[in-house]
Amino acid sequence: MLASLLQQGTPFLRPEVDFHALAPEIVLTGAVVAVLLADLFSSESTRGIVPSIAGIGLLAALVPVLTLALDGADRIMFEGAYTVDNFSLVLKALFLLSGYVVVLLSTNYIAEGDYAEGEYYFLLLASILGMVVMASSRDLVSIFVALELLSIPAYMLAGWRKRDLHGNEAAVKYYLMGVFASAVMLYGMSLLYGFSGSTLLADIGARLGEGDGLGGTTPFITLGIVFVVVGFAFKVSAVPFHTWAPDTYEGAPTPITAFLAVLSKSAGFVALLQLILIAFPERHDVVEPLMWVLAAATMTVGNLIALRQTNIIRMLAYSGIAQAGFMLAPLAVVGSNPVGAGRAVVTYLLIYAAMNLGAFAVVLAVARKTRSAEISSWGGLFEYAPGLTVLMTVFLFSLAGIPPLGGWLAKFVVFRALLQPDLTPGGVALAVVVGVNSVIFKPLPSVAY
Amino acid sequence: MDNNDFLTGWGLSLMVFLPLAGALVMMLIPKAEEQLIKVVALGTTLASAAVGVAVMADFDYDNAGELQFVVDHKWIEVIHSTYLVGIDGLSLPLVALTLLVTPLVIIYSWNHFPEPKNPKAFLILMLVLHTGMLGSFVAQDLILFFVFFELVLLPMYFMIGVWGGEDRQYASIKFFLYTLFGSALMIVSFVAVFFVAGGESFSMAALADGVAERNVAGDLALSTQVLIFGGMFMGFGIKVPMFPFHTWLPDAHTQAPTQGSVILAAVLLKLGTYGFIRVALFILPEAAVEWAPIIGGLAVVGIIYGALGCLAQTDMKRLIAFSSVAHMGFVMLGIATLTDFGLNAAVFGMVAHGLITGMLFFVAGSVKERFHTLEIKRLGGLLLQAPRMGWILGFCVMASLGLPGLAGFWGEFPAILSAYNPAPGLSEELFRTYMVIAAIGTVLAAGYLLWLYQRSSFGTPTEEFADEHIHDVHLSEYLAWVPMLVLILVLGIFPNLIFQVTDPFMTAMGDTFQALGQ
Repeated sequence: MLASLLQQGTPFLRPEVDFHALAPEIVLTGAVVAVLLADLFSSESTRGIVPSIAGIGLLAALVPVLTLALDGADRIMFEGAYTVDNFSLVLKALFLLSGYVVVLLSTNYIAEGDYAEGEYYFLLLASILGMVVMASSRDLVSIFVALELLSIPAYMLAGWRKRDLHGNEAAVKYYLMGVFASAVMLYGMSLLYGFSGSTLLADIGARLGEGDGLGGTTPFITLGIVFVVVGFAFKVSAVPFHTWAPDTYEGAPTPITAFLAVLSKSAGFVALLQLILIAFPERHDVVEPLMWVLAAATMTVGNLIALRQTNIIRMLAYSGIAQAGFMLAPLAVVGSNPVGAGRAVVTYLLIYAAMNLGAFAVVLAVARKTRSAEISSWGGLFEYAPGLTVLMTVFLFSLAGIPPLGGWLAKFVVFRALLQPDLTPGGVALAVVVGVNSVIFKPLPSVAY
Repeated sequence: MDNNDFLTGWGLSLMVFLPLAGALVMMLIPKAEEQLIKVVALGTTLASAAVGVAVMADFDYDNAGELQFVVDHKWIEVIHSTYLVGIDGLSLPLVALTLLVTPLVIIYSWNHFPEPKNPKAFLILMLVLHTGMLGSFVAQDLILFFVFFELVLLPMYFMIGVWGGEDRQYASIKFFLYTLFGSALMIVSFVAVFFVAGGESFSMAALADGVAERNVAGDLALSTQVLIFGGMFMGFGIKVPMFPFHTWLPDAHTQAPTQGSVILAAVLLKLGTYGFIRVALFILPEAAVEWAPIIGGLAVVGIIYGALGCLAQTDMKRLIAFSSVAHMGFVMLGIATLTDFGLNAAVFGMVAHGLITGMLFFVAGSVKERFHTLEIKRLGGLLLQAPRMGWILGFCVMASLGLPGLAGFWGEFPAILSAYNPAPGLSEELFRTYMVIAAIGTVLAAGYLLWLYQRSSFGTPTEEFADEHIHDVHLSEYLAWVPMLVLILVLGIFPNLIFQVTDPFMTAMGDTFQALGQ
């Protein structure tokens, strides 16, 4: 019986594997194993090498990324399911570098608290590996695998302060919401697969482009697209799927908050971009209004609630939600301007990572002194930590988008994508919403002086 | 006259970025070396002024309508923005004003640092502010202009928020949010005009050409231009500030330290009116014709409202702040007429207001330092206790109310006059009505200014301060004030010093509007 089944299938051919293209992932996997082993075989006194190994591993994985970038050729593997091109390389570099910064932020925090150290770095690296894979995935299955690889360790990391009630709340909320989102997304993916007969994004895109050939199935495809997008909207904490974010950010260890706010969110955007640009280019009639509403709601709600926060981490969490809204905005005109929208999102992601990680780094440093993340406890910061105050000012003003700081350029490319190439009413309206929203920002630093 | 090679290539950039370099140097000087810090700060502003004077000496005044000392360098190629700077008859008076005011403010600060002292941080902010202001006046590329325009925001925010009065938090955030709100809509307009004009360059001249070409071809809807102008109107109108958007100004002025108030009044407000002429009117003339009645209307409302606001004030600084609203109303009325006459008056009005109101804030600051209050009813008899300061205040008050022979007159009178005969296409009846209302405004101005002067300087000191020894004008105050006082007088007697510089540019602009109306 089994033999007859096997005979019917096509004979198994080993796919061509381009090891150079996979080198970043392989190096990172090596680092993950090395961290685990180092933790296993190191004594209490030599445990300090674990974060070093994690950091070096991340930087080592950056080397093949650079050689691939210098090489410049697009490498397509597994019939298009895994692609290494400039887009994915830029984002891999972003994930690895930001991951390295998170490791640096964690070193003192984790060593000083009563935490399990080795596992922490193991999970962190595993999650980053998931992101690096995500940047190259062009297939529903590999996207899903990457998503779970990056999410499951993150659920555990969010609850790393296991004796703290807030920590438990953070992990449970994040986990339940995350799993729920995955389920919704998976259902959407199954619909898409069912109607297109392929899990490859490019194939799905081509099938959706055939339009009427699918008969009366269009509403189901629409439903599939909406479900997939909604699943990622959870990941990037877009309103109204953002409710987990503030509690999780507050309860998680601060370096993990930075990790979730920057890396995990970026990974969500990467997947969203790939889906929208490759799989749904013919269905921007569904994607555009959805993105318009998500973007407008996300930035407005995020900003308004950020105004009322008294805890700096919660404030950054809500401001991060608002920033996600800015990043979603260009996707609302993706039909008329796909390249511009994609560029705007990637540019925003890069700048966002720098300024948000910076802000979290300062928060960590200050919290070490004040033992509190309440904004009121920051009074007079300029007196005893002028350097940190100036840095925080720079990061916050950059988040607010004041030139000549980087955040301004990020906002500018969003405006440009929205208004290019023709002024569409929807684009202009959203540009005005973005404009108004860039103003709603709490100028926190004045407290510090 | 041929321009000197070095100045042509480097003059403007050197002038703009010297203060920034000075700020960087100052960061390296330890905080304790206060004297050295002050010297470096003053030195760099003077050096920047020297370069500016050299540029002005080399400026070809026969072609003042053309951009000179143009530097066009690659900058952010991805977004088609270039480092394009240049100076012409419109920029020159404002650059000169900026170059003059900042060193004087630093001299004034010498021994008068507001609490909490920290001269190092204060002067660094001042120098960054200086770069931002100068850059805004010479930038000829919209993105570059925007960056400089916004660069001004941060130092001012900190000056008010850190060195300000009791309500400084509220005032600084209000200032910041208002201005940011305007600029957010402004940048949307900038990007929109970029795409409308062909999407190839952010250079203002190229944008103006692009819009004009499409207007000739007739394929650009007027409503689009009017909307884009609306975004710019928000940005510049808030900065000026025009009537419904002015509420940040009294708070900002009242709470800001003296130095901040002076710079705010003397230069920052001019960024708004300058932007109207340089960007909004220049690039979108057709939309300007549509907007002019609204701008004119808001301008005269501002004149009357500001004047009435002044009459209701009990605080000297707040009164001067409201008088700024009224005076900037005259400038905006001149702009709204869209004639060369009105535009010339507007630029003169900017310079005159900068000098006069700057001086008034200086004096108010010195009064506050001596009496620790600016409440008008607690003051009195300044002429007895500190006669020299009393006379200086009197001189500035006279200049501010537009006494002929002093600079204030040449800003207000031609602006009112120009409203008699606005550009073709604008309603004469409407603008003549505006003219009458504005003229009534000058009477009110005389009223509140004389009222202020009478209550603060005439009579005998109030009991509270009767026995106190009030020091008359200090040396640093003389050094800071005399150049401004002299200029107020000189410009009042020889207004052509400015008019002949601005006229060529304004004539060209006025001709555009004449042509549009026919």
